[in-house]
Amino acid sequence: MPENEATVQQRIDAIQSVYDERGMKPAEGVEQLRDMAEEAWARNGARVVAKAWVDPEFRKRLIANGRDAVAELGITMPKHHRHLVVLENTPKVQNVICCTLCSCTAYTIIGLPPDWYKDLEYRARVVRESRTVLKEMGLDLPADVEIRVWDTTADTRYMVLPDQPPETRGWPEEKLATIVTRDAMIGVARL
Amino acid sequence: MDGIHDMGGRQGFGRVRYTRKARAFHADWEVRANQLYALAVRLGIFNMDEYRHAIERMEPRHYLTASYYERSLTSLATLLVEKGVVSSEELERRAQGSFPLAMPSAPGRTNVATRERFKPGDRVRVRLDFVPGHIRMPGYIRGKAGVVVGESPVYPFPDAHAHGVESQDEPTYDVRFRSEDLWPNSADPALIHVGVFQSYLERVAPA
Repeated sequence: MPENEATVQQRIDAIQSVYDERGMKPAEGVEQLRDMAEEAWARNGARVVAKAWVDPEFRKRLIANGRDAVAELGITMPKHHRHLVVLENTPKVQNVICCTLCSCTAYTIIGLPPDWYKDLEYRARVVRESRTVLKEMGLDLPADVEIRVWDTTADTRYMVLPDQPPETRGWPEEKLATIVTRDAMIGVARL
Repeated sequence: MDGIHDMGGRQGFGRVRYTRKARAFHADWEVRANQLYALAVRLGIFNMDEYRHAIERMEPRHYLTASYYERSLTSLATLLVEKGVVSSEELERRAQGSFPLAMPSAPGRTNVATRERFKPGDRVRVRLDFVPGHIRMPGYIRGKAGVVVGESPVYPFPDAHAHGVESQDEPTYDVRFRSEDLWPNSADPALIHVGVFQSYLERVAPA
């Protein structure tokens, strides 16, 4: 870094001051966006998963047209996410999503991507060394489980529909939603 | 462009720095970087393809050492300068130091003239395209054959949309490749699916 390079903080302040002068103001505050990005949006996805577990008709609609199905639950996606593909895990299939070119995700469904998803290591390796990477991340899959990786290179968005743990059958939908994690909807963890 | 951003399949990287319940943001300035670029998109100052391409145009040494949100703010600043919202000198004066921006853009291109409609089950090959501008084809599928498993609604064509070039919207196809075909004898067995724009694909004649 050159000696006189502005810090990232100074650089963002500089851009902010340009915005302020032009009256360009974000709709939400920093805390509000942080909460949406890290909490509220991921809860959206958990609601979708729980509903799909208890309602076979909803599950069918979700697989057929994800965007329309999540709208039934009052969940909206940005205009440019025109298509949501829902990937069903089974005991013998593990889906995992990534974005090797940048860090695209269905963020209003599963939350803004966590730091490791955007790191060079995950982007470089998960397509080529999927089983090894998942094992390093704590998901040691039996050899007979097929791995399906989905690289988000276009504007189609993906979410993984985790397999419901057998011991949770019969639970109410609200309780089921509490066990669904963002990492399970990315596909690097099982429930 | 065959840029440093095209990470898929590159070797030599270590373990993923994974933690459970990892955060999306680690500092307030990161949240602000995210807000300010999203607002610029909403106001129509630039589009998502221009935004992604300005990240790809970062000097590779800067790209590799910058955090995710530093890349985001670099793209934002670059486009604000290129769109005439503010000058680079003005940004540096306000930041009280040098403000690294991305490299200049090369020309874009419009859709391929001979596009075909595909359906699930069709065998396709990714064209051997080498373009200097924006493209959403990861290098690891170039020239490789796979099977169509899905079709999307039409989207703006990124190779044009990132450069202000006229084009028609076109669908993308989720194409399934075998990792062993992408990296023979050098990959964990898996099915790798990539969202591929129609212009990047050609039909493989049945054997």
